[in-house]
Amino acid sequence: MKTIDTPWVGRSILRREDRRLLTGAGQFTADLELPRMLHVAFVRSPLAHATIRGVDVSAAVKAPGVVLAMNGAELMAQVPPAPDAQLSLPSKWTATVQHKFLNPAQPLLAHDKVRFVGEALAVIVADSRYTAEDAAELVAVDLDPLPAAIDVEQAIGPGAPVLHDHLATNLIGEFAIAKGNVAAALAAAPHRLERRYVHHRYAAMPMECRGVVAEYERRNDRMTIWSSTQVVHWVRREAAHVLGMAETRVRCVALDVGGGFGVKGHVYPEDLLIPFLARRLGRPVRWIEDRHEHLLCSAHSRDQIHDVAVGFDDEGRILALRDEFTVDCGAWNTLGAGIAYNTAVHLPGPYKLANYSSSAKIAVTNKVPNSAYRGAGRPEAAFAMERTIDLIARELGLEPAEVRRRNMIPAAEMPYSAGIPYRDGEPIVYDSGDYPRALDEALTAIGGLAEFRQRQEAAREQGRHLGLGIGCYVEGTGVGPFEGATVRLDPGGQLYVASGACPQGQGMETIFAQVMADQWKVTPDDVVLGLADTASIAMGFGTIASRSTVTLSAAIHQASAKLRDKVFAVAANMLECAPADLELRDGGVGIVGVPGTTVSLAKIAAAARPGWDNARPEGVEAGLEETYYWEPPTVTWSYAVHVAIVEIDPELGRVTVEKYAVAHDCGTVVNPLLLDGQVAGGTAQGLGGILMEELAYDDAGQLLTGSLMDYLVPTASDMPDIAMVHLHAPSPLNPLGVKGVGEGGAVAPPAAIANAVCDALAQYGVEINRTPIKPEALVAAIEAGRKR
Amino acid sequence: MDVALTVNGKPERGNCEPRKLLVDFLREDLGLTGTHAGCEHGVCGACTVLVDGHGVRSCLMFAAQADGAEIITVEGLASGGALHPLQQAFHEHHALQCGFCTPGMLIAALDFLTVNPSPTDAEIRDALSAVLCRCTGYNNIVKAVAAAAEKMRAK
Amino acid sequence: MKPAKFDYHAPASLDEALALLARYGDEARLLAGGQSLVPMMNFRLVAPAALIDLNRVADLDHIVTDGAMVRIGAMTRQRTIEFSPLIADRLPLLQQAIKWIGHLPTRSRGTIGGSIAHADPAAEIPMVLRALDGEVVARGAGGERRIAAADLFLSPLTTALAPDEILTEIRLPAMPEGAGCAIEEFARRHGDFAIASVAAMVVHTGGGRYTVRLATGGIGAVPGRLGAAETILEQQGFGAAALAAAAEKAAELVDPLSDHNASADFRRHLTAVLTRRAAIAAARAVA
Repeated sequence: MKTIDTPWVGRSILRREDRRLLTGAGQFTADLELPRMLHVAFVRSPLAHATIRGVDVSAAVKAPGVVLAMNGAELMAQVPPAPDAQLSLPSKWTATVQHKFLNPAQPLLAHDKVRFVGEALAVIVADSRYTAEDAAELVAVDLDPLPAAIDVEQAIGPGAPVLHDHLATNLIGEFAIAKGNVAAALAAAPHRLERRYVHHRYAAMPMECRGVVAEYERRNDRMTIWSSTQVVHWVRREAAHVLGMAETRVRCVALDVGGGFGVKGHVYPEDLLIPFLARRLGRPVRWIEDRHEHLLCSAHSRDQIHDVAVGFDDEGRILALRDEFTVDCGAWNTLGAGIAYNTAVHLPGPYKLANYSSSAKIAVTNKVPNSAYRGAGRPEAAFAMERTIDLIARELGLEPAEVRRRNMIPAAEMPYSAGIPYRDGEPIVYDSGDYPRALDEALTAIGGLAEFRQRQEAAREQGRHLGLGIGCYVEGTGVGPFEGATVRLDPGGQLYVASGACPQGQGMETIFAQVMADQWKVTPDDVVLGLADTASIAMGFGTIASRSTVTLSAAIHQASAKLRDKVFAVAANMLECAPADLELRDGGVGIVGVPGTTVSLAKIAAAARPGWDNARPEGVEAGLEETYYWEPPTVTWSYAVHVAIVEIDPELGRVTVEKYAVAHDCGTVVNPLLLDGQVAGGTAQGLGGILMEELAYDDAGQLLTGSLMDYLVPTASDMPDIAMVHLHAPSPLNPLGVKGVGEGGAVAPPAAIANAVCDALAQYGVEINRTPIKPEALVAAIEAGRKR
Repeated sequence: MDVALTVNGKPERGNCEPRKLLVDFLREDLGLTGTHAGCEHGVCGACTVLVDGHGVRSCLMFAAQADGAEIITVEGLASGGALHPLQQAFHEHHALQCGFCTPGMLIAALDFLTVNPSPTDAEIRDALSAVLCRCTGYNNIVKAVAAAAEKMRAK
Repeated sequence: MKPAKFDYHAPASLDEALALLARYGDEARLLAGGQSLVPMMNFRLVAPAALIDLNRVADLDHIVTDGAMVRIGAMTRQRTIEFSPLIADRLPLLQQAIKWIGHLPTRSRGTIGGSIAHADPAAEIPMVLRALDGEVVARGAGGERRIAAADLFLSPLTTALAPDEILTEIRLPAMPEGAGCAIEEFARRHGDFAIASVAAMVVHTGGGRYTVRLATGGIGAVPGRLGAAETILEQQGFGAAALAAAAEKAAELVDPLSDHNASADFRRHLTAVLTRRAAIAAARAVA
């Protein structure tokens, strides 16, 4: 029997999924080839807002290779819209938080009106994507243009064109939260500041676009959907509903997924329409979104306007903060209030705010629907808070790091009650951590604040503009309601774990094998995983909201504990001892303190099998399989401090990130190598968001950045080196002490960079309160400062 | 029209419309789905393959134009069971996450190292800016290419 | 994003290509490297009835010297130019420009002639053609003619080439020995089209006197020359005051585009900054 050196958790083992992806043997949705498969293209709206007078597909139907062409009205008669309120909030929340929500139900194809440029009006099914696109050009679209609601504040103002006529308003959501007495504290504060912060629209932009393939088996009335999604169980639920099928007859699988970052984290009309077409046509149907469609139709994100008023004392301590913000939701409300509520509760960050209020307005406009993207409402919150802190420092002539330190919750006060409810309805309690230490560590990692100030001064004398900026955040991770794990010891002795978690590059096949290996004292290679497949576990939630490592590792832990009892019962029977005398070791079970008594898991599995000649003790049921659905008590709180040093070319308005440092805490780390990869990748996206990426619309609602030539994803040349420091305050809320990490990297960079740019240009009084930082605006701000 | 070419050292034939993009021909007609289409307008670089020894965007070439060409795709990098030094370095440096851009990254890096076998980090960054990656933040890819370059020089 | 149908022709000779062009008229598009045309076809912004692929036409791929002139075949790949010792020696400005064009894998296919004939206002090669007072050779049914760079670019994506003509060669006067040159470009991301760029060449003609060439890309509708700014530097040298005057003059000379990336005013501002920087870098590079 081999000796196995545990624990595996905490080790930087290399990824098990790499080999297939490095050799071209991975399988993404677009790689799936099925017999007699048909291909889909859509006819999309050229206008942002219009009444549909007619969509004539008669010429398209007759085009070569075309099997079906259908417009929205025809489809609407056969398939209902997707059910609304796709991601509902718990009653504990709805009972606590003052709110009002309206949810327009999005049809699978537009049938009465079009509400954004790119919205699908008709679908073509043909023998290839080439012929489907040919036929799409033959569809005659008759639209009666309507004025478009593009600016979100105008959209909720008087006389604005209304998108959803039956709602009679574009204001589809409102809520407010508060603690303390903000009005009184603001009025009494010795200093007050008011600022507007605008966080622009950008998007996840995974390198693989979305895609859906569906196959219907008439023989047994079963549907299989392969979707490039983060949420297979959710797709199954909605598809079953829309198709009128029992959920057990519908299976959804995500193959290799080429990045998600939130944009694949909810159900889209195509997830439902493609299976409908496959059933109707009796042939496999495939739709692979192209990049133009992705930019025009897949969810965008961010896009909030905040009006912040803050009151503070002479030492820079915040006495009260009031935030009022508006979310440009786009034409449909895909994720309910979740994102906006994230913003409201994350704005206080690592700071003590005795008096805090936030109120949100969520409004529809004639743009692509706004949904979750890495951070999901938190980058906007961090930007507003962290800019405010820097402005307080400037007002008082203090070092911004010092103002942060004075306002941060000290480690001694952990766990800390924030005094507002999370979106799971539970009161927010920051579970563990040392925020001031993270700040110190990040500043040390970037080379020291005092050292930088000296270098900055020397550079200024040479006419160079260096700046240092800080961005802090805390992040609720591992949110409920649940994730499940089925852990099984196969009759052959193979360990297997299945879950509804869905990887898109995080390395789940590696990290959950590490978690399993520790639970069973085996090696990660001894573990087989079944993820992202509804057939492998009855219920699942999916991979969004930095939740899978937290929830699934806990579920694996609990399911393994249940299964271990049974394994020990069988082993005790085999070894003629009491279960309490046993331990797991080296791929088997043996008597504590008695070497040489180890029986392998394979032998135990054989003993536990059903049927003749088994070796089960009396009263133990056959088979070794347990499922546990982990329902987290509430979220765990990860946090980080990002520090950037930038240099500005004031003539060109160019911002160069010279150095970047992150001090990060996500509790127990399963795989440090992969953790660094998550933080680095998130940081790159955050840097792209503040400096390069933008989804810009003109006044008529035409997208100005509809290609990757215009939507600027950062390249290798745009990335700084990142110094990373990890702190480890385990969460008390789950057995392994882990916290989530997926999103955090993207939260702080916009704030850190904006603060660094303002620091570099302090002599001109430049304030960056609007993202992205664009060269032209920066040059103008410098010029204006010079003139002042 | 008929297209005859050599892919990863193996003669291949196919018949397709003149408008068929090389990336689609490789994926659909030859079943080589390791090459990915990420943007179909020549920006993302996921579809980069070697054509007659030079990296090209296979979404900006028609299959018809590759008649008679010698093509190397990601499927042709490993020999036997052994990974190419670039593939091995990507694995060891955690230079891939979702893996979608990886084939293009590998081929672009291979192409670059043939014209610059001893690059600086800045030159590697410049060369890799030919391919977009959304997961890694690139720094591990830069390290992997530098490490592979060293191994390849030693050979 | 799949192109519409087209007839495909891959002629082996220029005469054959010209005959096809005559047959299809403006229903046809010539396919060189395809790095701009194919994206437009994939977006279906362009759907020609026929594509005449020049990649198999003989004799369009060469780099030779002809007295003081360097002659480059229109189908010469940008990548070939990038690594050509002859270009490095005689036309270092062109070699510098190549590195700003896309990335190595796009330069593997992209051609010098394709870039010129496409006439994107932001492209680097047309700017170099203007800076160096080059010319192009076009063949049509009526024979061959030469078009000076100054007469070639008419408006964005439009040249003086007739619909029945094929660009066959680019001719650039070899840069004088010891000439300094530089390109200063402003783009949001490396490898992207320029929002503004300025190419400069400075030649010491003896006795402290200089010849200066300044050309722009990405700023106006067509690549331009900054003649009056050149004159200032030729007359006043490269002191701070002269550079400032030349930069200011350059900003006056341009007629900038305005788009989502940059307003006309900002492009004007960039013109001044990049002119000054390019002039300094080129002057410093004078041997």
